[in-house]
Amino acid sequence: MSRTQVPELICPAGSLPALKAAVDHGADAVYLGYRDDTNARNFAGLNFDHKAMVEGIRYAHSRQRKVLMAINTFAQPGRVADWQRAVDGAADLGVDAVILADVGLLDYASRRHPELRLHLSVQGSATSYEAVNFAQREFGVRRAVLPRVLTLAQVETVIRNTPVDIEVFGFGSLCVMNEGRCWLSSYATGESPNTVGACSPAKYVKWERSPGVMSTRLNGILIDRFGDDEPAGYPTLCKGRFEVNGDTYYALEEPTSLNVLEVLPQIAAIGVAAIKVEGRQRSPTYVAQVTRALRAALDELARSPGSFSVKPTWQAELAHVSEGSQVTLGAYNRPWR
Amino acid sequence: MSQGFSIPRFKLPALVASLGSRLPQWPHSLVLATALNLAARIGLLPEDSLVLLEGRTFLVEVLDAGGQASFTYRDGLFRPLSTVPETPDLAFSANLSAFLQLLARQEDPDTLFFNRELAIVGDTELGLVIKNMLDAVELPQLPRLPAFRH
Repeated sequence: MSRTQVPELICPAGSLPALKAAVDHGADAVYLGYRDDTNARNFAGLNFDHKAMVEGIRYAHSRQRKVLMAINTFAQPGRVADWQRAVDGAADLGVDAVILADVGLLDYASRRHPELRLHLSVQGSATSYEAVNFAQREFGVRRAVLPRVLTLAQVETVIRNTPVDIEVFGFGSLCVMNEGRCWLSSYATGESPNTVGACSPAKYVKWERSPGVMSTRLNGILIDRFGDDEPAGYPTLCKGRFEVNGDTYYALEEPTSLNVLEVLPQIAAIGVAAIKVEGRQRSPTYVAQVTRALRAALDELARSPGSFSVKPTWQAELAHVSEGSQVTLGAYNRPWR
Repeated sequence: MSQGFSIPRFKLPALVASLGSRLPQWPHSLVLATALNLAARIGLLPEDSLVLLEGRTFLVEVLDAGGQASFTYRDGLFRPLSTVPETPDLAFSANLSAFLQLLARQEDPDTLFFNRELAIVGDTELGLVIKNMLDAVELPQLPRLPAFRH
């Protein structure tokens, strides 16, 4: 039976059980990070120490799956060596690629570890083929993860004009999607993914309950108020409800998750190399649920590309774990350019 | 995560909560603290996360059962609190089914939070430490069930 080429499935791992859940449920690769600010999911108690990293890599490699290490924050003044050490450590551990955003670090990695495969992180914010080709020419980048601002037609244009593999997001919480260039968390807290490895860090977040209402504050700023039956989202500025010209509404982005199941055949057809699942901060349960649904969908697409249709069970499973309990195709199907 | 058994979403009758809240709360706290100490002793809970819990007070509230358990972590041990603190450093509240789904790793805490089935009040970062500490626990391997993927 002939099988169509489908994108690789790249799944998040914030802990060893999450990594194993991803591998066991059909991820082609997992991505992970150290327990420090060298990666953009630097949350208290999350991520891998050396021992867990070694075991995770062994577990994945013994099952012929890949491990990608995210070192995708920007080296901070006076501490460049910490980021360089992270890259050296990844090379020593034998990961299949490192995911970098900082051009200084890309330069270091390409010179110091010429054999190490480099991926350009979404935080690198390359939205055009010129930017992707620059990273390839200067640092030998082999794959680029595109920010979630492009329509499918724009993703196709990038793919047609670059030799670099293109990875896009397939599922997960959406923000304003201006990855790598967003200042909202810094505006509210002085800290951001690029600097400390966390958007809207938990120490600034307060959920206040009073009868019938839950208020969310970020560093004292009121972000949103929820009635008891209203679905909630992450406490970020971009998902707050604000008063604009007399109307109070989600002025930037609603609490929602991206879900590309409906456009999976088009994504495969235009030659996307891999789809990524967001959510290293989520539990092993989420990783298992999402990986299982997307694996089933990709396998179905590979078997019968001509008659692919989205099964309600996949949609239901993904909608259930979504932020704000709703999903969207995001920028992929927006008419604007 | 197993395919074989799943805990349904349910809510206990209101009568249970009205009875439950009149019962002594101390035994729940004792049971919970004992279970956590056991998990810590056999090395399931990572040392570097436990350190962050030192001296903090916690409240777990099972809404539909009317039960509360409060405890603290001091000098390397989880200890039940005989009186519920007025403002614990961290309070989790949910119905029994949500807590059971969490413990069985059937549901993700963020999912329950988005769906408003789990509420967290107090020190949010402390809540994240605990959530991530429990997520990182490697449960004993169960016999392999028929794999979803061939």
